[in-house]
Amino acid sequence: MALPSYTETRYRIWHYFYIAICTFVFFFLIAPLFVIFPLSFNAEEFLVFSEGMKRLDPEAFSFRWYHEMVYGTKNPWGLAAKNSFIIAIFATIGSIILGTLAALGLSSRHMPYKGLIMAVLISPMIVPLIISGVAIFFFMAKVGLAATHTGIVMAHIILGTPFVVITVTATLSGFDHSVTRAASSLGSNPFNTFMKITLPLILPGVISGGLFAFVTSFDEVVVVLFLAGLENTTIPVQMWTGLREQLSPTILAVATCLIILSTLILVTAELLRRRSERLRGINR
Amino acid sequence: MSSETKQILTTDGIPLEVSLKKAEKKNKIRAFLLVAPLLLFLFITYVFPIGEMFTRSVDDKMITNMLPKTFKAMEKWDGKELPSEEVFAGFYSDYKVLIENQTQGKLGQRLNKEKNGFNSITKKLMRQIKRNKIDESQSIKEQIMKVHKRWRDVEYWQAIKRTAPPYTMAKYLKGMDMYFAADGSIAQVDEDRRIHRILWLRTLEIALFVTIFCFLMGYPIAHLLATLPMKYSNLLMICVLLPFWTSLLVRTASWMILLQQQGVVNDFFVMIGLVADDNRPEMMYNKVGTYVAMTQILLPFMVLPLYSVMKTISPSLMRAGKSLGGTPFVAFWKVYFPLTIPGIGAGCLLVFILAIGYYITPALVGGASGTLISNQIAYHMKTTLDWSFASAMGLMLLSGVLVIYWIYNKLVGVDNIKLG
Repeated sequence: MALPSYTETRYRIWHYFYIAICTFVFFFLIAPLFVIFPLSFNAEEFLVFSEGMKRLDPEAFSFRWYHEMVYGTKNPWGLAAKNSFIIAIFATIGSIILGTLAALGLSSRHMPYKGLIMAVLISPMIVPLIISGVAIFFFMAKVGLAATHTGIVMAHIILGTPFVVITVTATLSGFDHSVTRAASSLGSNPFNTFMKITLPLILPGVISGGLFAFVTSFDEVVVVLFLAGLENTTIPVQMWTGLREQLSPTILAVATCLIILSTLILVTAELLRRRSERLRGINR
Repeated sequence: MSSETKQILTTDGIPLEVSLKKAEKKNKIRAFLLVAPLLLFLFITYVFPIGEMFTRSVDDKMITNMLPKTFKAMEKWDGKELPSEEVFAGFYSDYKVLIENQTQGKLGQRLNKEKNGFNSITKKLMRQIKRNKIDESQSIKEQIMKVHKRWRDVEYWQAIKRTAPPYTMAKYLKGMDMYFAADGSIAQVDEDRRIHRILWLRTLEIALFVTIFCFLMGYPIAHLLATLPMKYSNLLMICVLLPFWTSLLVRTASWMILLQQQGVVNDFFVMIGLVADDNRPEMMYNKVGTYVAMTQILLPFMVLPLYSVMKTISPSLMRAGKSLGGTPFVAFWKVYFPLTIPGIGAGCLLVFILAIGYYITPALVGGASGTLISNQIAYHMKTTLDWSFASAMGLMLLSGVLVIYWIYNKLVGVDNIKLG
């Protein structure tokens, strides 16, 4: 953003001030994530930068906490990771199926009460998690699904579907319905039309909604805290207990892994978004 | 449809309009059937349970079921003087049943909440009954009144009568630091015990200020992202999206590391000489921690809607404003800013809705002075096990959120929520 040469001094000052503010905000957003990397290699047991680390002494760094994370005695991370992945994968599949179907229905111009139904379907995203947690807990306790994987998966489907509905509806908003009509007029049945025409076109939206649902489930802690027994512990629950009770650098090792995971998901989501925009651009 | 088209018939002789309507109806049903599975699932597992929270929050059937004969007899009692023999006899036989079922303790505890001193006198009565000291052939009223002088106090019988209705709004009043006084009017809790009102106000205050901070920080960077050339803005966008995709607990953990007394922020303050090394300020476990961490965590929800609105504003508008004689400030204020108001509305409402129900971050970095109403709900769910009170508080919070959600829906439309 080069300034034109005729800019007055006060606007020049204002401009640099503005750049400074923006730099500060970007720093504020991203810097906290990077503090975790070096500290997770701390050789000592404290969550502060030791004198050795400040001098960049190689002795002060180690893989100790990563080792602890994987091989530590009676450590919960293995079980938690397994549970987290199982729950997140099933919750994602459920959210994708229910959410995509609902989005297809909602995008039809024949859909009655569209606004109202949309508001209900999106509500789990808006209602404070603590209230969702209480309500879902009451329900699961009544039907005997509290402290089961099934119960948690169902809870996460509730929380994950709004994202799928939003992303798929957005993809469908640029969708050219004449292609499905063309398929029907060429003799295809609705199921085949969906599988061969609609699905490939809305796939980017479906996958990016699925990614949101996956991350929501993988990161969700409030509802799981209400629902989970000891065998259903997940990574966020372990981090929550760890942060409240025994602050150990193992948490930072786990956090580093999670940041790497979220970077991968971010890259995938971005690539999908661009592909989707390109596809819709062709349709227009 | 004009009159000529009405006469058009389809090949099988049905008027086109009828045939079209039939097809429309079929399409309508088909569209609805696609939505139905999710809608049904949500209603069963989510919407109804939230409704059930309401019945739970007003439920007060316990005593109603425990003392059926007492309340039957009390129907005729005017509640001013000591009740008649009938009421005493009813209470006696109800209480005997409770002792047989060994549930009399619950009655004492519940009545004690209504009026202090019930626990001891019900226990005393129980001992008398267990020792068979009460002669059923004589006046039960006289004998119960002899057990303890409080049984002769009409206020205690009034308290029992107050527990008769199966439903009560008492939990909602408690959530606002009020209660039903002895005469049935609504009274305020003593000033030094008004903890809930402080929490509601603090929740509002923190949500409001977090929204303001997010706006003040989000507006400039959204503007920068929208005006920079694509190749730079895509790179900077990662700074917004990476925190957005990163686990909430990871971000909270990093703030706990940064803000602790020996943490990086304090180290930095000491280094530039802002504070003395032995006098490091407490930045965590109080409001400061909650503000800082929540602002950073919710900032992407402000930036993304602002960005998507700013992206649509043509830069030539600002140039036109300037060429017509406005200074850059005037051009910004009169031309650019009004155009971004939809984005501001969307971002602020979204951040406010999310902030008002925040739980995890305040619980970890908030300490005692930085916790919100959500933390209080969790406390009653997990520690005191007063689920009906937790439900009542949850619904009070929910009604507030739904009002904002409704405004959001009117102004922005839920289908316009932007994700990434």
